[in-house]
Amino acid sequence: MAKATFKIWRGNSEGGEFKSYDTEISEGMVVLDAVLQIQGEQAGDLACRWNCKAGKCGSCSAEINGNPKLMCMTRMNTLPVDEPITVEPMKAFPLKKDLVTDVSWNYEVKKRIKKFKPRTPDAPDGTWRMQQTDIDRVQEFRKCIECFLCQDVCHVLRDHHKHEEFIGPRFLVYAAALEMHPLDTENRLKDLKDDGNIGYCNITKCCTKVCPENITITDNAIIPLKERVVDEFYDPITKFLKLFRKK
Amino acid sequence: MSEYQTFEHDVLVIGAGGAGLRAAIEASAAGVSVGLVCKSLLGKAHTVMAEGGMAAAMANVDDRDNWKVHFSDTMRGGQYVNNWRMAELHAKEAPDRVRELEAWGAVFDRTKDGKILQRNFGGHRYPRLAHVGDRTGLELIRTLQDHGIHQGIEVYMEVTVIALLKDGERVVGAFAYEREHGRFRIFKAKAVILATGGIGRAYKITSNSWEGTGDGHSLAYDAGAELIDMEFIQFHPTGMVYPPSVRGILVTEGVRGEGGVLKNSEGTRFMFDDIPDNYKDQTADTPEEGWRYTQGDKNARRPPELLTRDHVARCIRREVKAGRGSPHGGVYLDIAWIKEKLPNAAEHIKKKLPSMYHQFKQLADLDITTTPMEVGPTTHYIMGGIRVDGDTQASTLPGLFAAGECAAGINGANRLGGNSLSDLLVFGKRAGEYAAKFALENNFGTFDNAQIEERARWALEAFDRESGENPFAIQNDLQEMMQDLVGIVRVEEEMQQALEGIKDLRERREKISLTGNIDFNPSWHTALDLHNLLNVSEAITLAAIERKESRGGQFRDDFPSKVAEFGKVNFIIKKGAGGQMEIRSERIPEMPEELKQIIEEMG
Ligand SMILES: Cc1cc2nc3c(=O)[nH]c(=O)nc-3n(C[C@H](O)[C@H](O)[C@H](O)COP(=O)(O)OP(=O)(O)OC[C@H]3O[C@@H](n4cnc5c(N)ncnc54)[C@H](O)[C@@H]3O)c2cc1C
Ligand code: SF4
Ligand code: SF4
Ligand code: FES
Repeated sequence: MAKATFKIWRGNSEGGEFKSYDTEISEGMVVLDAVLQIQGEQAGDLACRWNCKAGKCGSCSAEINGNPKLMCMTRMNTLPVDEPITVEPMKAFPLKKDLVTDVSWNYEVKKRIKKFKPRTPDAPDGTWRMQQTDIDRVQEFRKCIECFLCQDVCHVLRDHHKHEEFIGPRFLVYAAALEMHPLDTENRLKDLKDDGNIGYCNITKCCTKVCPENITITDNAIIPLKERVVDEFYDPITKFLKLFRKK
Repeated sequence: MSEYQTFEHDVLVIGAGGAGLRAAIEASAAGVSVGLVCKSLLGKAHTVMAEGGMAAAMANVDDRDNWKVHFSDTMRGGQYVNNWRMAELHAKEAPDRVRELEAWGAVFDRTKDGKILQRNFGGHRYPRLAHVGDRTGLELIRTLQDHGIHQGIEVYMEVTVIALLKDGERVVGAFAYEREHGRFRIFKAKAVILATGGIGRAYKITSNSWEGTGDGHSLAYDAGAELIDMEFIQFHPTGMVYPPSVRGILVTEGVRGEGGVLKNSEGTRFMFDDIPDNYKDQTADTPEEGWRYTQGDKNARRPPELLTRDHVARCIRREVKAGRGSPHGGVYLDIAWIKEKLPNAAEHIKKKLPSMYHQFKQLADLDITTTPMEVGPTTHYIMGGIRVDGDTQASTLPGLFAAGECAAGINGANRLGGNSLSDLLVFGKRAGEYAAKFALENNFGTFDNAQIEERARWALEAFDRESGENPFAIQNDLQEMMQDLVGIVRVEEEMQQALEGIKDLRERREKISLTGNIDFNPSWHTALDLHNLLNVSEAITLAAIERKESRGGQFRDDFPSKVAEFGKVNFIIKKGAGGQMEIRSERIPEMPEELKQIIEEMG
């Protein structure tokens, strides 16, 4: 059996450093296994989050050798184990301790987005009818496990710290899922423009690249939303036509 | 008063899985103030992992379905030791609870005529599971979460309850710590709902997350409430077995519902070899008939792979023991074979079972559209739990309610797949409703500070020891012991050994010492969780010893058959006056005529 060296960030909001740990690597192991093994054997107070160990809950986000990933879905055999492997917390959020960050901002952002508001039911028994083809896109967005890795890589948040103004890719996906929901009757476009500042996104697609659920965040969610915002607020012809349509 | 920060709510819900969220929404709708605490972040509870679907007799796919069939399926699956009132309410109310989710934004897979699609699952006579691919739990928890955050519920994330507070017999609050800085918190409440989920972490091989340490079971027990049916543990037949680091992770029953078959190393579909008598006339005679069933042929009967989980798990164990297992000690689950039947099989599999495809591809380097999976039993669910009233979800202590996996009754000796998610909704709602009612009718109670100070001292003890035991090592030893001695196949002698072992582990727990300080310290959290794991392990073992027969989730090698007398009783566990665990049996109340009749009619 092989040994690997991990350099894991230890510290809190006041500061910290990488600490080195050697641990045995067995077949099929993922980074989370190694981190939990280190916790169990050498560093009982090493803080990290995890729940499902199967890529379903989005708890174990971290930066592994600098790449934002789920620790539970990163297999050791995809990493060069002859060199030390670094594991550090997400950078776009304040650190609580070790690998645990304060992601509460995300929960507050979500609360600000207007909730689902369905049209009146289609059938007398209070149910609706929807075709599968009409919900495929929304179902793609609803796969989101709220790992916040896309938030972590988005330069608007990570580098420019626009948390006050920009809601980030995760909540653009969330808004898209609501806006494209066949039953929804709410309009969130003004909020997306003014409070969410969707305009800050300059389509670098970094978010899409890291999404562990392979949601095509930029192409399928953000760009169509941007188009809707443009149609609603900037395009004079559509705006003019809309005046008539509303009647 | 005490120096600890104190919060007051009319209703305090402990646990934010499906049951806790649904309860909090309902209580809040009744106009009372609601606090919701959970050990992890919101939306990460175990419920998020549920895959296959939620059972509700909506009859969208097969119009022969109705609540009566669902009721009788649930009772048969539970081998008739269920709380029949809960099984009845569940079957009647589940369809409304599912439709309500749609009104809150859930997006279920659809039938051709645009209704909620339903799929086949073990033990359900008709296609009954509303689902979203194989990520139904995510859809359920996210829908409740996104709806719930707008209902004025106060959420306390990463807060762990370590004791219930009492005023005489009545439960009047909870004592907790927050993980980040280890600070203690007091929650005063007029009514408390436990919705803490399961106990899987008592076993080595499990599909459960670290949260599944039986906290609610143990909190209720320590407070003096009764537990029931603790011997009944569900070992899910299909967990991953390879590579070692993923052992136990669930492979949804949906794979078999979509046509996946179980084979041994000789290539035999061994499930055809052992079909229990009471399921014979519901089970396919030939592989061909089984396949037609999975494809929606109403005249076909279900393949034996979709028999109840307890039975399938034991058949797998038998094959492995007889030397017909796969290289890593499981059997083969093959969905790739359906390419013989369907032109675009690979695409179909990816669409129907996306997370399974993903999970095997990423964690095992295996493509399920071309290669059979290796699977074996994994500890999945506990049918037993806090004893509750079927209508109100009230425990045996005033002011304390329970819902979801930590409450017991609906499932009897074995749970049917899909019945948990619907149980969370049906009884979460009821718990919320009746807890709110209780809160409106009662004032805040009082409790003495001694309760709190004693618990705080207990919680911090381990920090004072210079050297001692490692909590992770104790947890590991407990898990191995329960796996070996109180697992799928049980015998008296081994279980007596386990009771001794639990005693030793309790002593070792008293000697734990910890590294680091109180800030977000997993070794400390584990040390505290261990107390709960030891309580539930003891309860499981005691009850399993007393039930000298085999039924559902309990299989006794020394009493391999069902015994009619035991079919008439439940086992009940309670803390004795001297602090020791006590067990007694109680007769199951007589079922009303009309329910009896349904069971007879449904055969
Ligand atoms: C992989 C997998 C797949 C499954 N698939 C299905 C399926 O397809 N269909 C089905 O019906 N069932 C399925 N089940 C079973 C079902 O998911 C669970 O039984 C159900 O989700 C339990 O929900 P719950 O609300 O009772 O508790 P959980 O979802 O387990 O939530 C428990 C909550 O309690 C909190 N908590 C626990 N202890 C404390 C404490 N001391 N202090 C504060 N908070 C605490 C936790 O943080 C958490 O928020 C599956 C289970 C697994 C593991
Ligand atoms: S595409 Fe937009 S949202 Fe995504 S990372 Fe780039 S700037 Fe951020
Ligand atoms: S969109 Fe993808 S990357 Fe972003 S939070 Fe959701 S799952 Fe994670
Ligand atoms: S632990 Fe759930 S996503 Fe990694």
